[in-house]
Amino acid sequence: MTENIVQLKGVSKIFDETVALADMNLSIRKNEFVTLLGPSGCGKTTTLRLIGGFEQPTNGTIWFEGKDISNVPSYKRRVNTVFQRYALFSHLDVYENIAFGLRIKKLDEQTIRQKVGKMLELVNLQGFEARDVNSLSGGQQQRVAIARALVNEPEVLLLDEPLAALDLKLRREMQHELKNMQKQLGITFVFVTHDQEEALSMSDTVVVMQDGEIQQIGTPEMIYNEPTNAFVAGFIGESNIVDGIMRQDRLVDFGGARFECVDVGFERDEPVDVVVRPEDLVLIPVEQAKLTGVVRSVTFLGVHYEMIVDAADGTGWLVHSTLMEPVGTTVGLGLAPMDIHIMKKVSE
Amino acid sequence: MRKSSAMVPYLIWMALFIVIPLLLVVYYAFTVTTPEGTTWSFENFTRFFEPIYLRVLWRSLALALISTLICLLLGYPVAMIMAGNAFSRKNVIMLLFVVPMWMNFLLRTYAWLAILERNGFLNVLLSSLSLPRLNILYTNAAVILGMVYNFLPFMVLPIYSVLSKIDKGVVEAAGDLGANSVKVFTRVIFPLSLPGVVSGITMVFMPALTTFVISRLLGGGQFTLIGNLIEQQFLVVGDWGFGSAISMVMIILILLSMAIMSFFEDEDKEATLW
Repeated sequence: MTENIVQLKGVSKIFDETVALADMNLSIRKNEFVTLLGPSGCGKTTTLRLIGGFEQPTNGTIWFEGKDISNVPSYKRRVNTVFQRYALFSHLDVYENIAFGLRIKKLDEQTIRQKVGKMLELVNLQGFEARDVNSLSGGQQQRVAIARALVNEPEVLLLDEPLAALDLKLRREMQHELKNMQKQLGITFVFVTHDQEEALSMSDTVVVMQDGEIQQIGTPEMIYNEPTNAFVAGFIGESNIVDGIMRQDRLVDFGGARFECVDVGFERDEPVDVVVRPEDLVLIPVEQAKLTGVVRSVTFLGVHYEMIVDAADGTGWLVHSTLMEPVGTTVGLGLAPMDIHIMKKVSE
Repeated sequence: MRKSSAMVPYLIWMALFIVIPLLLVVYYAFTVTTPEGTTWSFENFTRFFEPIYLRVLWRSLALALISTLICLLLGYPVAMIMAGNAFSRKNVIMLLFVVPMWMNFLLRTYAWLAILERNGFLNVLLSSLSLPRLNILYTNAAVILGMVYNFLPFMVLPIYSVLSKIDKGVVEAAGDLGANSVKVFTRVIFPLSLPGVVSGITMVFMPALTTFVISRLLGGGQFTLIGNLIEQQFLVVGDWGFGSAISMVMIILILLSMAIMSFFEDEDKEATLW
C-alpha cells in the first residue's frame, strides 16, 4: 500500500506570466483515492493535466512507477482521464466510444466485445451500445466517459471535476458508484473537485490547494479536524476565524478573554488565527460564559439551527446547535480547549 | 395572416426569377421548332448522347473532379493550419484567401492570362532564372489551375469552420486513450470534419462543373466544357432547345451529386456555409 505510483517533484507550471503551480511536491500511493481540492484557479486541474501529459511542467519532474515521465507524451502514459465536459467522440456510438482505446491497441474483435461488455455492465449502461452519444443524458454521458477510460485498465485514473455538471441527486449516486468502482477495481484515482463535501466523502487522501500551492495533505478527518491554516479551515466546512494572541503554550487570548487550548510551539504574544467550528460552540448560561453575545439571527436547517451571535467586540459567531435561543437574547458561548484550533498567521 | 402576406414579394421574386425560367428551360428542352411549327420531342436529348457531346460531358466531369481533389488536398491542410493557429496569424491567412474574392471573378481569371502568357510574368521570371519556359496556357493544366485558384476558398472555409468547432478536449481524449497524432487525425479529427469536407466538395465541384469563363479564357476555347457548350447553343448557334436540354442534364447531374453528398452529411447541419 505504501508504494508510490505517481510523484511530482518540485513541479511548477507557468502560463505566460501567471504561475499556475509553484514548486509542487506530491506523492500518490497505489490504490489510493486522492482528491485535489481547492477553489477555481488553485492549480488542481493543471496538476491533473501534468500527470495526464496534456501540459509539460515548466520546472521539476513527474515520476510514474519510479520512472521519470516528464517528457513522455500523453498517448504513451498508462493513465486515463475522465474529462470535465466528457469529451466524447460524437461521430461514434456508445460502443465505439468505449472501444476506442482498445481499437488503438489493435485488440481482436472478440476481446474488445468482451471488455466493452464488462464496462457497460460496470457503469450500468447495458443496451445502450448502439446509441448516439449526443442523445444521452449528462449522467449517461458521464458513465460512457468513465467506461471509455476504465476499459483500458489504467494504473491511474484521472478525473477532472467529473460530477460538476450533474444535479445534486445524481451527483450523490455517482459519488458512491465511483468510490465502489475504485475499491472494486483497485485502481488509483486522482480526483479534482472544488466541492469540499465531495472531497471529504470519497477520498482516502485530500490535497487542499490554493494559488498553485499545496496547503495541506491528509485524510479527510485530519483535514477537517486539524486544518493547518485559516485557509484550509475556511475552505473545508464552515468556521469562525478570529484574531488572537498566543500568550504562552496552551493559553490564548481572543474575543476579550483568555482561553485554555491544546496548541504549543508558538512565540510568546504571537498574533495567531483562532479557528472554531460552529458545531463546537455550545449555548451556556451567560454567567458561566467567557464569551457572550446577542443572537442576531436564527435559521432552521433541518438537523440543527444556525445562529449568528454578535459579541461585544463586533465578532459575529456562527453557531450550529440543536437548541436555539430567540433573536435578541443574550447568550453565553462555551467551548472546550480541544475545540480551539490555533493557526499561524499566513503572511500576505 | 400577416406572415403569409409578408411572403408575397418573395413568392413573386421566386416565380419571376426561378420558377418561370426553369419552366422555360423545360419547355425549350422538350420542344423542337421547325418552319412548320413547334412540336414536343425528345430530339434535343437524344442529340446530347452523341459521342461528341458525351466527350464534352466526360471532360467536364474529369476536370471538375481533378480540380475538386486538388482543392481538397490543398485546402484541408490550410484549414487545419488556420484552425490550429493563434488568433492573429489565423486572420492573416484568412485574409489572404478572402481578399482575392473581393475582386471580380473575370478580372482574377484575366490576371492569370497575363501571368501564364508566352511572354507573361511566369515565363519572364523563369527565363531570368535561366530555367526553361513553361507554356501551359490553353491546356487542361491551365483550366485546372484557374478552377483551383478560383474555388479554393470555397473548400477552405467550410472545412475551417468545422475544424475550429472541434472541442480540443476530444483531441486530448484521443491522445489520452493511446492515439498518436496520426491516429488522432485519422480516427477523430478527420471523421469529425467530414461535414465540412462534404460541403467543401459540393461547393467546389458544382461551379467547376458548370464554369465556362475559366475554360474559355485559360483553355483558349480549344477545350469545350459543358458550360461552354450551353453558352454556345444560346449565344452563338441560337439553338435554345438543345441548350436547354443540356442545361437540364446538368441540373439533374447537380441534384444527383447533391443527393450523394447529403447522404454523407447526416445531421451536422451547422457545418455548411450557406
